[in-house]
Amino acid sequence: MIDKFVRSMAEAMAGIADGSTVLIAGFADVGQPNALIEGLVEQGARDLTIVMNSGGRGGTGLPKLLEAGRVRKLICSFVRSASVAGELVTAGKVELEVVPQGTLAERIRAAGAGVPAFYTPTGAGTKIARGKEVREIGGRECILEYALPGDVALVEAWRADRWGNLEFRAAGRSYNPIMAAAGRLTIVQTQHVAELGEIEPEAVVTPGIFVHRVLHVPYGDPVMPAPAKS
Amino acid sequence: MSESSAAAYQPLGRSAMAARVARDIPEGWYVNLGIGIPTLVSNHVPLSREVVFHSENGVIGVGPAPPPEAVNPWLINASSQHVTLRPGGSYIQHADSFAVVRGGHLDLCVLGAYQVAENGDLANWARSEDDTGPQIGGAMDLAVGARRVWAVMEHTTREGKPRLVHRCSYPLTAKAAVSRVYTNLAVLDVTPEGFVAREMIAGLSLAGLQARTGAPVRFEKQA
Repeated sequence: MIDKFVRSMAEAMAGIADGSTVLIAGFADVGQPNALIEGLVEQGARDLTIVMNSGGRGGTGLPKLLEAGRVRKLICSFVRSASVAGELVTAGKVELEVVPQGTLAERIRAAGAGVPAFYTPTGAGTKIARGKEVREIGGRECILEYALPGDVALVEAWRADRWGNLEFRAAGRSYNPIMAAAGRLTIVQTQHVAELGEIEPEAVVTPGIFVHRVLHVPYGDPVMPAPAKS
Repeated sequence: MSESSAAAYQPLGRSAMAARVARDIPEGWYVNLGIGIPTLVSNHVPLSREVVFHSENGVIGVGPAPPPEAVNPWLINASSQHVTLRPGGSYIQHADSFAVVRGGHLDLCVLGAYQVAENGDLANWARSEDDTGPQIGGAMDLAVGARRVWAVMEHTTREGKPRLVHRCSYPLTAKAAVSRVYTNLAVLDVTPEGFVAREMIAGLSLAGLQARTGAPVRFEKQA
């Protein structure tokens, strides 16, 4: 019988090595596996390269890992100066690689799909292009971008079954499916547990083939920080 | 800005700028709105005019903000604001969301900008080479991938320096990306011959607009 459910956070985090590249899903707090991030802090792996959408604000998620001094490098699409990540980058304590968000998503998707690299016009002629191979394709200047696999992917699902089939909730989908596919070890925290066959096959967004461990964490709804002035 | 010129005309506020952009978006367009003033544009597109708004975090068919009692905590836009989903809307994963952007499927992207150059170059993610808060987000993908890119911005900096310029001094987001600029003073097209003002706010002369613009501007009513 295939059963990808683990019974404890320690079991979920077992074997994550120092120096790992860890993909962390979610957009703002929605679809972000906060319990697993806390579990990773507890587990103690150091010298990590973290790949996620942004450097975060404060409170939940990435700042806890950063404050614990576990992150060597951050790969993301933006960092706020007034954030834990921004301060550590400014102080030279964390290395930063800023990647256009679509390129970031595509590098992760490519890793899961076995595509080692791709050309894109995004970032051509900008600071992002420095040191990268440039090629004109179809009359457009393009730059070469490499796939970005994770030693580990941390994912949040709305519902999961014991095969690791996943369903997501609203905007909680975002990076979760592509990171699940790009992780050599994909660990999921799920709000709800489904019986095998209970999730309609058409509703399975991430099939269990991309998933290795699932932990049931009824974490509750995401909480937004006070919205930025728009 | 001198008191005499301030008295002669009233620059548009943020909401009025957003409303002016909204007037030019026809029914049936698929549109992405950047952070800041662009986000306000959807407030000025009536629901009866079916424009489909896309948000980078994987939402197609973004609707208005919900009343506090009807918030779905799992439904936000790319500015992390709670939104609604219109009937016909859908959720997609992040690489698909950027396939929408990069694959040329958006009719329009409206972006904020620090600077726009007369050749359409866009600078909107960093204020200097070593900005400690780089804010690329999805802007580089949007600027390259959308079929049209319109910038909405204040015409000058707080110090009165032009933000419509000959060449951008801030780090570029994309080359030759912007086709139209909506400012608090004017609507301008970016043409092979440079900036062409299509309309100006009441009381502002072309000489007054030129004095606040860092590249030549000519005026020509839209055909």
